[in-house]
Amino acid sequence: MEALYLLIPLSVLAIFAAAWIFLRMSDSGQFDDMEGPAWSILHDDDGPESRSAPSGQAPGETAGNAVDAAQHPAKP
Amino acid sequence: MSVSATMTGARVHASGETYHYKVIRQLTVMTVVWGVVGMLVGVFIAAQLAWPALNFDIPWLTYSRLRPLHTNAVIFAFGTTGLIATSFYVVQRTCQTPLFAPKLASFVFWGWQAVIVAAVITLPMGLSTTKEYAELEWPIDVLIAIVWVSYAIVFFGTVAKRRTPHIYVANWFYGGFILTIAVLHIVNSAALPVTWTKSYSVYAGVQDAMVQWWYGHNAVGFLLTTGFLGMMYYFVPKQADRPIYSYRLSIVHFWALIFTYMWAGPHHLHYTALPDWAQSVGMVFSIILLAPSWGGMINGIMTLSGAWHKLRTDPILKFLIVSLSFYGMSTFEGPMMSIKTVNALSHYTDWTVGHVHSGALGWVGFITIGSVYYLLPRLFGRTEMHSVRAIEAHFWIATIGVVLYIAAMWIAGVTQGLMWRATNPDGTLTYAFVESVKATYPYYYIRVLGGLLYLGGMVIMLWNTLMTIRAGRAIDAPVPRLDPAHA
Repeated sequence: MEALYLLIPLSVLAIFAAAWIFLRMSDSGQFDDMEGPAWSILHDDDGPESRSAPSGQAPGETAGNAVDAAQHPAKP
Repeated sequence: MSVSATMTGARVHASGETYHYKVIRQLTVMTVVWGVVGMLVGVFIAAQLAWPALNFDIPWLTYSRLRPLHTNAVIFAFGTTGLIATSFYVVQRTCQTPLFAPKLASFVFWGWQAVIVAAVITLPMGLSTTKEYAELEWPIDVLIAIVWVSYAIVFFGTVAKRRTPHIYVANWFYGGFILTIAVLHIVNSAALPVTWTKSYSVYAGVQDAMVQWWYGHNAVGFLLTTGFLGMMYYFVPKQADRPIYSYRLSIVHFWALIFTYMWAGPHHLHYTALPDWAQSVGMVFSIILLAPSWGGMINGIMTLSGAWHKLRTDPILKFLIVSLSFYGMSTFEGPMMSIKTVNALSHYTDWTVGHVHSGALGWVGFITIGSVYYLLPRLFGRTEMHSVRAIEAHFWIATIGVVLYIAAMWIAGVTQGLMWRATNPDGTLTYAFVESVKATYPYYYIRVLGGLLYLGGMVIMLWNTLMTIRAGRAIDAPVPRLDPAHA
């Protein structure tokens, strides 16, 4: 079953890579806030903007995406 | 669009930059187009199984050549284009930065479409490596590798230049999918070219089988599962306007999935020449996989906590949540079928086909459809698709189609399994193979009907897409910049 001489070391390497990435991310604080990120994507207003630029142009300084605080109750 | 203050009183200003939406528009439209194409081929080959005369004695239309065209079209043309499209959207918006190397992103789009066109040409010509979901011959494999590396550069480059310190969980799922697919593709496609259109795998016999199903199941686990979970973790909360039920759980089950999926491949090779111990490893890890998979399902469905009423009126949410139900179903069915004694009945039968399609039509199809219905209007400066009623109709037609399809295949599959293994007291087989074919015929007709309904739903979606684009305006949304005094 010679293919396993390739697959098992390859998979073990993948596991070590995954573990290394996980530990590095953990140390750098990626997993410190387990509540905030769930809300921040909701605060990102990706609806159509009346002053969005047509494709290819950059908009001027506009008071753009904003959050309606009433929609989102305070976190417990 | 009203402008109001944030909770802290900050106002969010446009930074002067815009997100790169153009490549996402191109990818999203092609997702719908390839969905129709791939499923049309699927319906045609299902019809050929019911009415073999539909092969017409024309080599390019024979079932054996069209089946891989169908699988490649739905997985790589429809599904993967949808993943690239949504990943480019999600990574930009959650990292609050435009795409890294937008020209390279454009190459990813055109390169990927070239791969698909090459498949559409070569597979009906019978040019095939015969490795399932890896049938494309070596020059196309080289192109796939180049496009994929480019995709990884664009995606991870965007994450690297993020303006938010935290990397939103969906990006982990997309990132994991991108990296593993690169490894899987390169390892499994390793071949010795003989001519431009013919190569030989560097692996042979049962060795090749093991590599092939290490690849095959990880394609399911990392492309069809991990990638689409990334989609789910963004578009479900956004459409429901509710936060993910447990953000902590999303991280935990991501890592659990990553560590366990690699080992499940042998469950495709039960009772073959693969060593028993390898089969057992595959079985055990497949059963363990139930836990992280259902973690994802529960997390997604429970996100609707406090908002269940929205399901009544929102057909996009129906697609997204029902997709998770099918995900849960398939990730229960799969581990069950990985048990050797169950597999002894199910292997090589239509039950496997039913299982594949409950995951493909129910989970992958519905989550992609729902996500595209969310995304497309926003790419064209609109709040919703041209016709919400058409989305509702699509949902019901497609759901009936899925149920007909999988129920037909369950019955056919178990019938086949039981008839094939039935023995007389003297040890001879009770049934000739052709008798099992005769017994399962009615279910092949039902499958065509189920597939036709699902395809019909996609055609409605294509119409809705074109009408939305016609009335919309291609826009690039501004990248917000938080007022530093209140950041």
